[in-house]
Order: sequence, then structure tokens, then C-alpha cells
Amino acid sequence: MLLGLLQIALTLLIVVAITPLLGRYLAVVYLGNKTWLDPAINPVEKFIYRLVAVRSQEQMTGWQYTRNLLYSNLAMGVLVFLLLMLQGLLPLNPTGLNAPTWDTALHTTISFVTNTDQQHYSGETTISYLSQIAALGFLMFTSAATGLAVGIAFIRGLTGRPLGNFYVDITRSITRVLLPISIVGAVLLIILGVPQTLTGPATVTTLEGATQTIARGPVASFEIIKQLGENGGGFFGINSAHPLENPNAASNLLETVAMLCIPTALIYTYGVFANNIKQAWLLFGMVFAIFTILVVVSAVGEYGGNPLINSLLGEQQPNLEGKEVRFGWAQTALWAVSTTATMCGAVNGMHDSLMPNGGFSTLFNMFLQIIWGGQGTGTAYLFIYLILTVFLTGLMVGRTPEFFGRKIEKREIVLASVILLIHPIAILIPSAIALAFPDTLAGISNPGFHGISQVVYEYASAAANNGSGFEGLGDATLWWNLSASGVMLAGRYIPIVALLLLADSMAQKQLVPETAGTLRTDTGLFTGITAGVILILGALTFFPVLALGPVAEAFQIAKGG
Amino acid sequence: MRRVKVRKTVGWVERSETQRRFSTQRYIQNLGFPRMMNSTNPDRSKSPRRPGGTRESRRHTPKVNRKGIYQRAIADAFVKLNPRIAIKNPVMFLVWVGTVITLLVTIFPDLFGAAPGRNPRLFNGLIAAILFFTVWFANFAEAVAEGRGKAQADALRATKSDTTAKKVLPDGGIQEVSSTALRQGDRVKVVAGDIIPADGEVIGGVASVDESAITGESAPVLKQPGTDIASSVTGGTRIISDELLIRVTSDPGKGFIDRMIALVEGAERRKTPNEIALTVLLAVLTQVFLIVVATLPLIANYVGSPVSIAVAIALLVALIPTTIGGLLSAIGIAGMDRVAQFNVVATSGRAVEACGDINTLVLDKTGTITLGNRLADEFIPVNGHSLEDVAGVALAASVFDETPEGKSIVRLAEQLGASVDFEVSRAEGVEFSARTRMSGTNLPDGIEVRKGAVDAIKGFVRSRGGQNNTQELDAAYEQISHQGGTPLALCQGSKLYGAIHLKDIVKPGIRERFAQLRRMGVRTVMLTGDNRITASVIAQEAGVDDFISEATPEDKITAIKREQAQGKLVAMTGDGTNDAPALAQANVGVAMNTGTQAAKEAANMVDLDSDPTKLIDIVAIGKQLLITRGALTTFSIANDIAKYFAIIPVIFPTAGIESLNVMRLASTNSAVLSALIYNALIIPALIPLALTGVKFRPLTANQLLQRNILLYGLGGVVAPFVAIKLIDVLIAAVGLA
Repeated sequence: MLLGLLQIALTLLIVVAITPLLGRYLAVVYLGNKTWLDPAINPVEKFIYRLVAVRSQEQMTGWQYTRNLLYSNLAMGVLVFLLLMLQGLLPLNPTGLNAPTWDTALHTTISFVTNTDQQHYSGETTISYLSQIAALGFLMFTSAATGLAVGIAFIRGLTGRPLGNFYVDITRSITRVLLPISIVGAVLLIILGVPQTLTGPATVTTLEGATQTIARGPVASFEIIKQLGENGGGFFGINSAHPLENPNAASNLLETVAMLCIPTALIYTYGVFANNIKQAWLLFGMVFAIFTILVVVSAVGEYGGNPLINSLLGEQQPNLEGKEVRFGWAQTALWAVSTTATMCGAVNGMHDSLMPNGGFSTLFNMFLQIIWGGQGTGTAYLFIYLILTVFLTGLMVGRTPEFFGRKIEKREIVLASVILLIHPIAILIPSAIALAFPDTLAGISNPGFHGISQVVYEYASAAANNGSGFEGLGDATLWWNLSASGVMLAGRYIPIVALLLLADSMAQKQLVPETAGTLRTDTGLFTGITAGVILILGALTFFPVLALGPVAEAFQIAKGG
Repeated sequence: MRRVKVRKTVGWVERSETQRRFSTQRYIQNLGFPRMMNSTNPDRSKSPRRPGGTRESRRHTPKVNRKGIYQRAIADAFVKLNPRIAIKNPVMFLVWVGTVITLLVTIFPDLFGAAPGRNPRLFNGLIAAILFFTVWFANFAEAVAEGRGKAQADALRATKSDTTAKKVLPDGGIQEVSSTALRQGDRVKVVAGDIIPADGEVIGGVASVDESAITGESAPVLKQPGTDIASSVTGGTRIISDELLIRVTSDPGKGFIDRMIALVEGAERRKTPNEIALTVLLAVLTQVFLIVVATLPLIANYVGSPVSIAVAIALLVALIPTTIGGLLSAIGIAGMDRVAQFNVVATSGRAVEACGDINTLVLDKTGTITLGNRLADEFIPVNGHSLEDVAGVALAASVFDETPEGKSIVRLAEQLGASVDFEVSRAEGVEFSARTRMSGTNLPDGIEVRKGAVDAIKGFVRSRGGQNNTQELDAAYEQISHQGGTPLALCQGSKLYGAIHLKDIVKPGIRERFAQLRRMGVRTVMLTGDNRITASVIAQEAGVDDFISEATPEDKITAIKREQAQGKLVAMTGDGTNDAPALAQANVGVAMNTGTQAAKEAANMVDLDSDPTKLIDIVAIGKQLLITRGALTTFSIANDIAKYFAIIPVIFPTAGIESLNVMRLASTNSAVLSALIYNALIIPALIPLALTGVKFRPLTANQLLQRNILLYGLGGVVAPFVAIKLIDVLIAAVGLA
């Protein structure tokens, strides 16, 4: 128990230590300040801008930013869809894989372009090396960079700056953040034993004399951006539980930190932009507290094990079903909560096998979307909740609500409402449809309360652009591919449009000077109230499904069956 | 740390002199201390009327008849059930739709498939009834607020009875028409005893007018053309002497009383920006919960826990913010009503809401910060005379002086033990004149005592053969000027006796109010025609944050614009015609009722009592309105936690989550009913709070938030747990479910 908790504490300590460093670096990158990387990167960026004819000095309005984001994402999506459909004709296909079905290809494309990386296929038997690198690997960088760009543009707007230039932001995100860290990370992973090769699968003879084919490929480079960019789409079907993706405790630590570091650091980056580090730490503290509680809740559940099995064993054993023994209950619980909190979606164990505590925590993360939240967008959602809190409680100080000197009026509330509304629509409506036709649509493997969790998890994962699967769900069907695609698109782009327009409208507001009568949002009191509003607005929306899913399941197990 | 800044100095404008009898004031005007520069700082001691008594005693001046409000509201609440009216409030409309559906399943329990449970008719019927009352209570709240507004309006309307007006035709003839037939630009003649038929401007005649119908002030007011203050008349007031020729300045139904009537009645009420934004958010929350509840039966069916349509509707109604949804418009109307109770006419709800956001108050010094008259503060003896001597001479020089300044000299002298030692009837008062710049008394024994401008008195002494030893007087002059006071010199015959220190008296309690305002984050800027020394002394004494001395009307606009350029919202009061642009420029402009028509048109509020300090109260009313709205919103949403914990655990019998029923409610039906009954009853329970408003305290934002979140946030979480449990115990006891 103690050792497990120590592992968790150590990982979180590293994340907290990295936060101010990376946060400040991100601020430098997006404020356009000088860094020591400039001499190497500036010429490259200039070349890129010239190549695609981007006027890098040009500021974009909210609509321009949105339009360019949508068009470029669409173009990338079309390109990747074609690559997948034509992979049988293209090189770097040592196993001679043919095109996947059109709906799987479509789902996969949308899944990767929206930074979701929900996978209704197994990589080693479906996707060629070229597709892994040029199609999916490419999108892993651009979708993460798109998210970062949105987050940064939102922070800029909130702090009264012009939103910036989408192409510059996406380029700098890749050249100065994702790529450098990925290179270092990939080398470290290779050192730790992750393969990086273009040769086909190895065929070996096992100790028993049987012949076994071991899939491999350019895994290390794929793995690091999968974690760092909150993508989560594994090279292999079983994702980071696979020994070639995540061979040992050290690689597990590296990958956990990689998936947590950017969303955590972005809150600090906000502090630098707003010139209010205090508020950044307060918000960080609030999110960190909720996160830690969820980690502990899950870890305790896994450590306690399944009472039904324990009673058969005659002793208390941690729940190790669906877990890699080399990670154990603690690292799996931490990973499960981290991956759903950050919208990474990579898994190092079977979430379907988590105890109800874990099922609750992972679902809760994806319902709220702000316990760190997705790359860039999560931080923006956090501020949406802050704005809603200001609006709901700010009246109580006798002034019309304002956030950092900017009045919150009808337009801002409408845009924030879109974000508030889209999530339950995207999760609950398709879930209800799937559960209404369990035999034809759902493909549930464990009926009952767990079945509800399976279905709701799938759509929550899609809507939150998380991409992890509860698994156990027969999801490679036309219904799941298409409905999940729709949910992913709605969950990704509708909030992004609302966020950018909201940021634009905040940026253009006349600044109201701060007086003693102004509600301060950088106090412990206000942060506490924000936590309350998040729990009431975010969690209560999904309280009934949580009650019928993991909560009911927990009581059922506790009762003994 | 308060900074007192000094602003530009501008020459002063000579005002028209009409009041010859005010001798001492005329001294002051000619002493080189420009007193009232312009009509932005009208001399309130001369203004036609000063309201007397405390503000509280003057509230509700128009007699408000509150009888029968509740009976009428009960009926109105039914009228508002009309779907066409109900749809304006999306949250409550949804409850209304729910009522109809539950009523249907009461009559046909199997309408949406076979209904589980025993006696679904009774249960559904109870839900339908509770939902109906939820809607009705919300309507009732709005109707009561409107009823109170109407009562206020009726009281005002009583002053506006339809009268006959003597319209002056272009050919000079006079035609009797109904006052409602008058149009802007018409000229009417009113003679003693007539009711003035419409708001207008005096263009001829001099007359006294009784305006007590509007202001409650019984003293008649002098009206004459050409003067800023005294030339505007209000419809419904009565002329009590002489006659006036009036040009009508507003069409009937457009006068500001009509506007206030429309506003407090709620008929013309347009939602304020913040109210609209809040309505949007409440509608979105309603939609979110609608999705949650609409999908729930399908999901629950999958685990074999079907949820009946009545329970689903009950859950939905419990979750959507009905409390604030039902009270929102009542809060807004009550806010307008409170403004009206203060005898202030607001022309829009937006202006009242903006009051809460005011960052800067621009206040005239005279009448707002100071009492408006300079009063004698001290006598400074010179040339070896004793204080008693000086007091005696000052008293002698002022016995005929009827101005407040003169009276204050008498008062001070008497306090110092001086008494009149000559026969007043045989003495002769010497009036002030612009030429002599002094006044005084010729005593029966031929001795002349004079007080007045220092150089005028010096000249007088010299002309009477006195010595030229003025060093001590000059020193006293310096000293008084330095303290921001106005020095008067005093002499008896050829002897200089001393100086009188006339001081602007800061209104009692004003300093505390400014301190409160500062704590609320509101800056105060004082505008005055005084020179900067005088202004800075008053500013220090009153505790204003900033002042502008030797101000012109242009300075006022400049000051407002400068504040607005920093994103601040500015409120100001004014009454002169040349205040009109500044009133229009300010975010909240409060015109005095005694002010000109132009000022009243430009302002977005008119104070019927013409009390400039009322601006401070209006700010508090605006803040109170917003706080009430925020508190009830927070309370309403915080309530959801308890309602969830009441309903969710008990409606899924197969889910085995009974242990979440932390309140240990008796049964599924009683839990649902208790939550709903609480949800319905909390609306009437909060009506008094919505109407009177959350008590506003002048605290900083953080203190206010802390206090209110504890009360309405935490209270909103805890209270329903207790209340629902109590209702459940009652229901179980009665055996209803």
C-alpha cells in the first residue's frame, strides 16, 4: 500500500515541479519572446511560413482564427482519410495490410484529427507503417498543436490581447514545444527499450518451440507524441499496456509525466499572461486537489480489490484483473485517472476491469473536462467555469459581473452556454439511443449497471476527445463508428468555435478599472466557490448516469453480487 | 491613501443677480472669492425649495394605498397562466407544460404505457397540483410586485387628474381644452387655483406654485420665466397666486411621471441587460436538465428501473432553477418600486442596474457636500479689542441681516455672551449693495457698525478718519483664507474691530457616507466654483477622493469623459440647463426636480425631492437589486444538491442505491412529493426577500461575497435538506404517500 502511494506521490511531485518551468517556457513561446532555441528554429519557421504563404505578423479576429482552424483541420482530415484508404498501394507496408473499411477509416481519421484517438481497430493488424507515421503520427502533432493554439488564443483574449495568428501558433506549437520534447522523450524511450524500426514483425521461436510473430515498428516516436499531445491512440491495440510501448516502470513514469505536463503547465502559462501567478497557483491547487482525490479514490478501490474475489481467495488482494503486473494497482490507477483527466486516452490497463471507484473517477473526469482537461482546450474550459461562477455569484457583490475588468454580458453567456450544453447533448442522447436498443446497437459485453458505464464511457470519451475505451464493447460496427464520429466532431469543434468567439469578444471589451467594489477572482474564497459551481453544474448534470452506472455497480458488488 | 488633486483654474462667470435682500452673500461674491461660478452650482439657499426633515420621513410622500394588493395579485396570478403570457418566462413555462402532462396522466394513468406503482392517479394528481402551485406562486410573486408598483403609480396618477386647460391660440384667444389634448409646444395660461395641466416651461408671468403633490413639501415655490431653476413646472401641481403662461414641453403620456407610472406598473418594463443574460443562462440550465431527464428513462429502462413520466417531470422541475426563474421579474419590478419609494423617477431599469456599477460620483459641493451656506465659525479680534467686544459689534452689525450667514453671526455672537444693548426699533439697517460691498446697522446714537469685504471696510474706516493700522487685520485675512474660509471685516465707526471667519459647513455624516462609498469602491469627485485653497479644505474635511476647483460646466463634462475613458461608470446630479450635456454624458444622471426641463430630459432619473445626496442611496438601491438577483440565483442552484439526493436514490428501485438516501425519506412517492413541495413553497417563502431586497451593507466586494455565499450558497445547500426531511415526515404522518 505504502509503496504504491509513494509511487503516486513521486509522480505527482515531478509534475508539480515541472509546472512552473514548462509553464513559463510556454508563455515565452507564445508571447514571442526570445529563447535560446531561436537561432535553430527561426530559419525553419521562416521557411515554413514562406512555403505556405503565411503572413506571420498578421493578427486574426475570432472568426478568422476559427475559419482557418476549421479549414486546415478539414484539409488534414481529407488527406489522412485518403492515405488510410490507399495504404495498400503505398510503401512502408511490410505486412501487406489493405485499406480498413470506410467507416473505420472515417472514424479513425476523425478520431485523430479531433485529438481524440478513439480506436475501433488494432494498430498492428490494421494500419501500415506509412499510415502510422504519415497519417496518424502527423495528426498527433497537428491536433495537439491545434488544441494548444486554441488554449493560447483563448488565454490571449481573456487577458485582453489580440488572439494571434492560427498558423503561427500551430507552427510554433510543433517546432518549439511538441517536437523538441518528443525528440528527447523518444530517445529516452528507445533507451528504455521501446523499438523504433521500419522493418516488419519479428518471427521468433518461443521456449516451448512454438513460432510467434512479434509486431513492432516505429513505436518510440509514435509513443511519445501520443502521450505528450494527449492523443492516446496506441501503436498497438492494447496501447501502453503493451510491453513494446511501455516496457517498464521507468517508461511508465516518463509517459505519465509526459501526458500530465502540458495541461498542468498551461494553467501557469495563463498566470504569466495575466500577470497573476497567484491565481494560476490557486486554480492549479483547486484542480490538483480534485485530481488527487480522484486518484486516491481509484487507488483505494483497486488496492481493496474485488470483495467477491477476495471472499473466494479468503484474503484481501488488490484488483489485478486487466492490469499489467509490472505496473501494479497504484500505477494503473494513477494512469487511469491521469489519462482521463488530461484527455490523453492512452491506457496501461483495462479500464473495463477497474473497480467501480475507478469507473466513477474516469467517467467523472471526462464529464467535467477541466481536471487538467485536454491539450489547450481543458484550460479554456476551466476559465469557462470561472466565467460562469463570476456570473452566478458575482452579482452578490452588487455589481454586474466582470472577469478581470471585462463585463460578462449576454454574448459571453450565450457562448459559454454552448459549451455547457454540448457535452450532455453529445453524451446522453446517443447513450440513451444505444441503450434503448441494446441488442442491435450497443454490443455490451457485461449487461447491467456495468453496461451503462460501458456505453456512457464510450460517448463521454468521444465527446471529451479523450479516446480511451472502457473496452469490452463491440465497437467496430457501423453504428459505433458513425455515432462516435459525430460525437467527436461535435465535442471538438462546437466548443472550439464558441471558445474563440468568446475570447475575441472578451479581448474587445472596454476594461473596467479595479476598485474595492470589484469581485476579485484570485482569492481562495472565489476559487473555492468555483470548485462548488463546477461540481454543481458539471457533476450534477451527470449524477443520474453515474448513479445508475458505477455507483449502482459499487453497491451491487458491496452487497455481494 | 487619499490623493487630493488640484485641477485647472478658470475664470468665473457672473451670475444674474435677482435677490437683492441677501446682503452677506453679495459681500462674499464681491470679495474676490467667486462663490457660485455658474448655475452648475446653483445657490441652494436661494433655490425655490429645500426639502426639510430627514429622508426617511419624506419617503412615500405620495400616499400609497396598499390595500387590496394581495387580493388583486391572487386573481392576476391566474390571468398570467395564459400560455401567451407564460411563455415569456421559459423556466416557468416548462413547469406549466409539465403540469398539463401530469394532469393528463392523472386522468389517463396509462397514457404513456402501463403505469407502475399503486394508485398512480393520486400520486400523479398530487404532482400536477404541486406543479400548478409552483407556476401560480411564481405568477403571484410577479403580480404582488406589479401590484405594489401599481399602488405607487396610482398615488402618482392621483396627482395627474384630467384637468381643463386654457390653451392660448395663435391669434391670442383662449380655448378650453382637456389637458390630454395638449401637445408639445402648445401654450397654456394658468391662473391662481388652476392645476397645471402638463409639464412645461414658464414663458411669462410670476406666480407661486404648490408642488406638494409631487414632493410633499408644503412651502409654495416661486416660478418665473428665464431662470434656470424656477422656470419649469410639473403637470399636476397647483398654482396658488397670480398667473403664468406656460409652454408645454411634453406630449401627454410622455411626461416623466407618466414614464415612472409605466415603469413601476411593469407594463413597459423591458428586461435589463444583466437580466437578459441571466435569463439566457437559466434557460440553458433548464435545457441541460431537460436533456438529462429526457434521456434518463431510456437509460434506466436498460437496468430494469422504468421511470414513470410523472416522476421524470417531477425530477425535471426539481432540478431546473424554478426559484430564481419564478422570482426574477419580481426582483426587477421591486427594484424599480424601491427607487420610486425614494421619490426618484427612473426612466429605465437599465439606469437603476447601472447604479450598482458606478465607479465615480461627481458631486456638486454646494447643497450636496456642504449645507450651502457659509456660517460664522470664529471671530478674530484685532487692534487690541477683546473677543467680547468683537462679538458685540458683530451682533450689532447683523441684527438686520436675514441671510443664513447673518443669522449665523448673530448665533455665534450670542453664544459668546454678546447681547443687543440698543433699541432695535430705533436703529436702522444698512442693506448690502454691490457698490459698498458691506452691510450693517446705524445705531440709535449715530454710531455706524459695518461688516463686509475687507478692503471695503478698510475704505469705510479711512473715510471715517480712522488710522491705517491694518496689519493685524491683514494677518487675520491671510489666516482665514488659508483655512479655506471667507473673511469678513468688522468695524464700528472709525475703529477696526476684527474679522469674522465664515466657513462652509460640511453636512453632518457626509464624511462617513463617503467612507462607505470608498469601501464599496466608489470614488467621489467634488466640483466647486471655489478657488483651490477653499476647495481643498472642504475636500479634506468631507473626505472626497478628488476635487475640481473653479469648475465650469465644460469641466464637468471633461471630468466625466476622463473617468469614462478609463472604463469607469460615472453618476452625477445636476439641475441647470448647462448641466444637460453632462447629465446626458454621465452613465447615471440624476436631475433635480427643481431643475430645468432640459436637465430633466437629459437625465435618466429625476429626483422629486431635489436632494442631491440621494444619489448615494440610488447607488445602494442598484447594488441591492443586483445582490438580490445573485443571492437568489445562487440559492436556487445550490438547492439542486439536496433535491438530487432526495429523488435519485429512490426512483430506481432495482439500482440498489438506497444508501444514497441520506435523508432517509419514507418512500419513493413521499421523497418525490417532499422535494416538489419544497420546490413550490420556497417561492412564496422568498417573495418578501425578493420584494424588499437583500440588505445591502457598505462592505468591500470580498466581504460581501463571503457573507452572501455563506448565507445563500451554503444556506442553499443545507436548507433544503432540512426542509425536505420535515415535509417528508409530515407527508408520512398524514399518510399521503
